[in-house]
Amino acid sequence: MSVIDTDVTPQEAALHAQPPIVNDFSIVAATVNGSGSQTANNVLIRAIFKMGVSVSGKNLFPSNIQGLPTWYTIRVSKDGYTARREGTEILVAFNPKTAEEDLAALPPGGVCIHPDDMKFASPRNDVTMYALPVKELVKQSGVDVKLRDYIANMAYVGALAELLGVDMNQLYAALDRHFKGKKKAVDSNYAMVTAAAEWVRVNHIKRDPFRVAPMNETSGLILIDGNTAGALGALVGGVTVLAWYPITPSTSLADALTDYAPLLRGGEDDTASYAIVQAEDELAAAGIVVGAGWAGARAMTNTSGPGISLMNEFVGLAYFAEVPAVFWDVMRMGPSTGLPTRVSQGDILTAYHMGHGDTRHVVLLPGSMQECFEFGWRAFDLADRLQTPVLVLSDLDLGMNNWMTPPLDYPDEPLDRGKVLSAEQIGELEARFGRYGRYRDVDGDGIPYRTLPGNINPKSAYLARGTGHNEFGVYSERSEDWQQNLDRLARKHETARTLVPQPVIHSSGAPIGIIAYGSTDPAVREAQDRLHAEGIETDYLRVRALPLAASVAEFVAQHERVYVAEMNQDGQMHQLVQLHVPELAGRVRSVRNCNGLPMSARFVTEEILKFEQQ
Amino acid sequence: MTTETKTNGKPANTNRIGLTQQEYRGGDTTLCQGCGHNSITSQIIAAAYELSLAPHQVIKMSGIGCSSKTPAYFLNRSHGFNTLHGRMPSVTTGAVLANRQMLAIGVSGDGDTGSIGLGQFKHMVRRNVPMVYIVENNGVYGLTKGQHSATADVGQNLKYAGTNVLPPIDVCIEALVADCGFVARSFAGDAKQVRELLKAAMSYEGTAVLDIISPCVTFNNHHDSTKSYDYGKEHEERIQDIQFIPSFAEVSVEYDEGEEQYVQLHDGPAIKLKKLDREYDPTNKWRALELLEQARERHEFITGLLFIDESRKTLPQVMHLTDTPLAYLPDEQLRPSRQRFEKVMAGFE
Repeated sequence: MSVIDTDVTPQEAALHAQPPIVNDFSIVAATVNGSGSQTANNVLIRAIFKMGVSVSGKNLFPSNIQGLPTWYTIRVSKDGYTARREGTEILVAFNPKTAEEDLAALPPGGVCIHPDDMKFASPRNDVTMYALPVKELVKQSGVDVKLRDYIANMAYVGALAELLGVDMNQLYAALDRHFKGKKKAVDSNYAMVTAAAEWVRVNHIKRDPFRVAPMNETSGLILIDGNTAGALGALVGGVTVLAWYPITPSTSLADALTDYAPLLRGGEDDTASYAIVQAEDELAAAGIVVGAGWAGARAMTNTSGPGISLMNEFVGLAYFAEVPAVFWDVMRMGPSTGLPTRVSQGDILTAYHMGHGDTRHVVLLPGSMQECFEFGWRAFDLADRLQTPVLVLSDLDLGMNNWMTPPLDYPDEPLDRGKVLSAEQIGELEARFGRYGRYRDVDGDGIPYRTLPGNINPKSAYLARGTGHNEFGVYSERSEDWQQNLDRLARKHETARTLVPQPVIHSSGAPIGIIAYGSTDPAVREAQDRLHAEGIETDYLRVRALPLAASVAEFVAQHERVYVAEMNQDGQMHQLVQLHVPELAGRVRSVRNCNGLPMSARFVTEEILKFEQQ
Repeated sequence: MTTETKTNGKPANTNRIGLTQQEYRGGDTTLCQGCGHNSITSQIIAAAYELSLAPHQVIKMSGIGCSSKTPAYFLNRSHGFNTLHGRMPSVTTGAVLANRQMLAIGVSGDGDTGSIGLGQFKHMVRRNVPMVYIVENNGVYGLTKGQHSATADVGQNLKYAGTNVLPPIDVCIEALVADCGFVARSFAGDAKQVRELLKAAMSYEGTAVLDIISPCVTFNNHHDSTKSYDYGKEHEERIQDIQFIPSFAEVSVEYDEGEEQYVQLHDGPAIKLKKLDREYDPTNKWRALELLEQARERHEFITGLLFIDESRKTLPQVMHLTDTPLAYLPDEQLRPSRQRFEKVMAGFE
């Protein structure tokens, strides 16, 4: 089954007239998983990016180590759009198993680059075909037999470079960076690129209109993935304990944290100021994090949906025992093994209500690389300030794909360790408020004062527990004690509402509002432009955290109709927004898809048009 | 009351750091009168007092069950965490990583360790998380009114659950095969042995597992139960007499080679083991496994220090953690400087 969409609109594929189409098209590289195509694609993206052209890449890969088909889409956009675009004009057909379908999916006027020994049962005469003698080129390269499959993918990089006009120097620089300057690897790959480019130059005449031309749209930007950005954020935020269990698509967050920890946090001697533990499962990862948070560490775990399910009981315990801890959920399609390598925003409601009993959590929803980074450190500050688990919900698209972004900003505020009392401070607190109690709310914000093991003041000691306790941390099953505790936790939740990152609102007084969050941001912003072209003006509120801010209610009140766009089947944020504004629930509509693919601007546009034109 | 901790100039009823035994106590127990767990609680209090443990240097950890309620009944001046069923090992792992200076005393039960928590138990041992891990083992689920646990012997008969037909999990064997360096079994009715083993465990560097048969007077104390007081008193066979020798008691230890064995712990304290009927060397792991398998086969109730080896590094040592507890690192060590950050950022250009 091909994941390339077949229905490209005529506007997008008006290729017959053959005027040059510059910096406004998409490429799909259809390859075999595990064949090293990721290197080829990353190098290509980086070279185009370094030519100053806006580019985004999305990997649509199978849950497989080697052998199954994988598609990598590269969008080149002179307008700076980075959302997934439906329809691709240029196909790299390097996977014989999917080539037939992939070719059929091309729009008229499209381009297909394929190995010369690939035979198509239904060839297309409305598509420009470029055959490449891949085997011969590989043979001539003289590289080791073991590396031949990997180097073969560089053939399409060379062909595309020649046909589209990608800067060869930038390709070399990208290879040099990728192989960390290992000359042999760089040279053998680059030799393949140049050989393929040369072969195309001599043997093919360019018959398609697609071109990449240098622009100045990316200067000062960097390319990074959200898992790396999140890991850097956590390191800057002072993470001291990371406990995790391998799971796609969150593994690369732990990998990045492990890689960058010595650079950012390594000391002068060989001792470590952080502990990274690969746990035996997600239960243990969560337990380690809760234990470490209780004892005063800045502790986090990274996981995805199935891991979140296993961490449920611990997050509930941390909520009631009031332990700070950070849980990163790089969301993928559920259930269980589900579609582990496909994106989704399906954990919103689960995350918000993790645990049994009445629980509502602080949930951060990064929508960009800068926010993956910022929420990486801010999550610790919020967890410490609110003495509660904080969930950060990224997703596969944010986490594992490369995104253009301005450089990440060093935090502009100091660490917030929250209300932690030293031995002396207990006395000071008691002088003002009477007897110290671990769960006493003396400030009226629902947040009590905590102490850490190691505090020499005997009054600091308490036995943490999820079970019934009074405000002095003493076991209690008295109804009044528990009711009082729950009421205070509700108060704390209201405090959290004011402390979490507030929504980003783009408002120009339009009658229609769009609410979205997370990785759909580029699609929504592009959809706003498309809707504008259709004569429909929209305002946009991007939610960045739960609990929902008061401004969400105001936004709904200010608009006649509000569309909540998201990638899950049940419209989970839609439900939360409706609950947030029950009297206005009728004007809040759901725009959702849940098919494993990142949201496209066209989908958002068409869904809203469908409602608006009713 | 032992007098070994008395030093000159201090009142007789305080220990080396000037605390009374009273100051190591906790709240009143809510367990059944006569419960074996209460005896163990008393010995934890006595051992901590005699070792002059600084209460603020101790964390009390537990899972869920009757046994796991007991941290509320000792060391009121220490922080503690009553965690989830079977998950005390992971929470303690995190707490110890956060603050490697803490002495973690964990109390678990046979359900908490042998059933729901067996995986975490083994991985904690595998990591050599420094902690005292006490299993208060009564072969029965008390709070849920009398189901067989995974340590119940074949033939154990309970009013609620009938006769157990499955073989028991031996906590000590599980610990040994997971490479535990301190494995002991005792009996709640043998107060002195429990106390001496506790002191040794509290002084050991690494995971110390104590499986203490602790009768449940309500559900599993009938005469023919292998987890009853009667059975324990009649059948307990000590493999050695144990005396813990603290490093601060500057006594010259004399021991009779051949009759006594002397095991030195790091930092000075030692354990003196007086041989009884059996010829047994607790530094030989194969011998320990053999002894436990034989005891299981022959239905013997052997107690004592089964295995000791302090050569393995602990988890904080393996991870090269800085001596300052991670929880107490100053902000400037938690947040890299702007220059350092910008240098890493430059790598993305």
